[in-house]
Amino acid sequence: MSHAQGGSLRSNITRRLVRRILAWGLGLALMCSVAGGAQAQSADSSTAPAPAPEPPSSLEFHDVANDAGRAIDLSWKLSPDDTAGSLRVSGYVLERTENLAGPWTLVDTVAAGTSTKNDQSVTRDRSYFYRVGATGPGGFTPAGAAAGPAIARSSWFNNTRWSVLAFIVSFFLFVLYFISVAQAGRKPFVRRLAGIDAIEEAIGRATEMGRPVLYVPGVQDIDEIQTVASLVILESVAKLTAKYETPIRVPVAYPIPFTIAQEMVKSGYLNAGRPEQYDPDSVRFVSPEQFAYVAAITGIMLRDRPAAHIFMGSFYGESLMLAETGFSTGAIQIAGTANVHQLPFFVVACDYTLIGEELYAASAYLSGEPKLVGSLKGADLLKITIIVVVIVGSVLETMGIHGLTTWMQTQ
Amino acid sequence: MKRELPLFLTAVIGLFMILSFFVPHQFVSVPADFLQQCAVIVVAFGYVLGGANVLRVNFDGIYKRQPDWPYKIVLAGSLLITLFFGLKEGRAWQDSNSVSMWIYNQLYSPMSATMFSLLAFFIASAAFRAFRIRTMEAGLLAAAALIVMLGRVPIGDVMTQWLPEPLRLGAVQDWIMNFPQNAAKRAVLIGAAMGVMATGLRVILGIERSYLGGGE
Repeated sequence: MSHAQGGSLRSNITRRLVRRILAWGLGLALMCSVAGGAQAQSADSSTAPAPAPEPPSSLEFHDVANDAGRAIDLSWKLSPDDTAGSLRVSGYVLERTENLAGPWTLVDTVAAGTSTKNDQSVTRDRSYFYRVGATGPGGFTPAGAAAGPAIARSSWFNNTRWSVLAFIVSFFLFVLYFISVAQAGRKPFVRRLAGIDAIEEAIGRATEMGRPVLYVPGVQDIDEIQTVASLVILESVAKLTAKYETPIRVPVAYPIPFTIAQEMVKSGYLNAGRPEQYDPDSVRFVSPEQFAYVAAITGIMLRDRPAAHIFMGSFYGESLMLAETGFSTGAIQIAGTANVHQLPFFVVACDYTLIGEELYAASAYLSGEPKLVGSLKGADLLKITIIVVVIVGSVLETMGIHGLTTWMQTQ
Repeated sequence: MKRELPLFLTAVIGLFMILSFFVPHQFVSVPADFLQQCAVIVVAFGYVLGGANVLRVNFDGIYKRQPDWPYKIVLAGSLLITLFFGLKEGRAWQDSNSVSMWIYNQLYSPMSATMFSLLAFFIASAAFRAFRIRTMEAGLLAAAALIVMLGRVPIGDVMTQWLPEPLRLGAVQDWIMNFPQNAAKRAVLIGAAMGVMATGLRVILGIERSYLGGGE
């Protein structure tokens, strides 16, 4: 290699090195400028106000069916900006007016992602126009157009309750048929109810011991049908206590059952032909407060030591407290309730227990009146009908046919 | 007339309330709501009768020095004091610094909680009797109860971890609760519902009329 060739080679290498350094420098400078620009752009975007969200669309309204004209269902399409992870929509504002010229009144605000609302603040047979707008950090965007007029109208029949009507009409017909059969002289058979048969035995025992009978008609008011059933039984019990000349104590939790219980006991003494023996203090109003009632009754159990305790009606947590305290006094105890969760407690602590429907059957059983016994047979026939419907419904559902289930659903 | 008028009113109002279950129109729903509000007002008047009965029975007991009569003084005194402050404070009785609220929080609530807590002891004594195995049925009951109680706590599954999943105590107790227990419970409920309908119908149609009292 000559000196000239060697010098040329060195100068080439030097030029390439210089060009490469320049290229790196330029690239670095460009990258810095791009990054800086991006930062600047980012800084610009954080300070600029976010745009208001796009409005929701397709607002629709429907009068709620099967009601008394008390509500309107509203639905709309979400704003295009109301997407998962997006923070541009924070909620929707629903407004309504009776006149398109305004003024608009706020119905409600709902959260982002909600596209339905049930307006229950409407007045029946009045026209309303609705609009829905989207709101977010960027501001509020009202909907372009109002929807209406929406009118809430009353329905003449709740179409989801045809099945209930069919069962009630069937029940009425069954009962009326069996009552007519019973009145014609064919008294239907009713199986023995050990708990009811034991009532006379218990009262007889109390008579022998010279102690009173305690009758507890439950802890519910007269709107509970178990209380009605219990008060009907009370008359028969009072008749027996009058017959045996044994005092009866009836502590009552609510004022209306209290007045009825007074009438029932008086009626029992009257029907037994001993109205003069009726003691007005035998029926006492205590308190609707559950545990105050328990305290009063357990007090009677421990002070007066009744020889027979009869619990008939609706009971809750106090059932075991009453029955166990009664058990500790050694009294004969008879209970009856339709509250399923309390039945085990009575079964454990009482000598006899009327389970569920037996409580309702007791009055018919005690009186033996053909009309009342006929109503029991009507209820039995409806029970058979329900069992058949349950079996048929199960088979149809298994086969994928849902018509019967749909018909039975109520609102 | 003393019996016919109440029977007529019961039948008309009872059938009207049944009708209101099926007809939501305002011609039916508005009077039905009104009738229910009337019932609330009637009940409010009933409390006057009830309160008078409480005072009469207890004052009579105090006067005659019946056994434990001093407790009757406490009862009648508590009733009158609570009533006095309730009437005096009116709607402000719910204020946190009212005397009525103090009576409720400091006297009524603790006493009520005390009574309720006794239930635990009653359950223990009742369970002791219930699970004495004297018959086949009592044995089945005790076995089912043992499985359900153990299956509902973690130790039940720990004890039977070596068994296949469907045979572990948790799964067996689920089966007992969902099938035999639920079936029996629903049978009682359906029967009771029929009883409710039958009793209601008897009252509405006037077949059951003993609740009207003995006077003809």
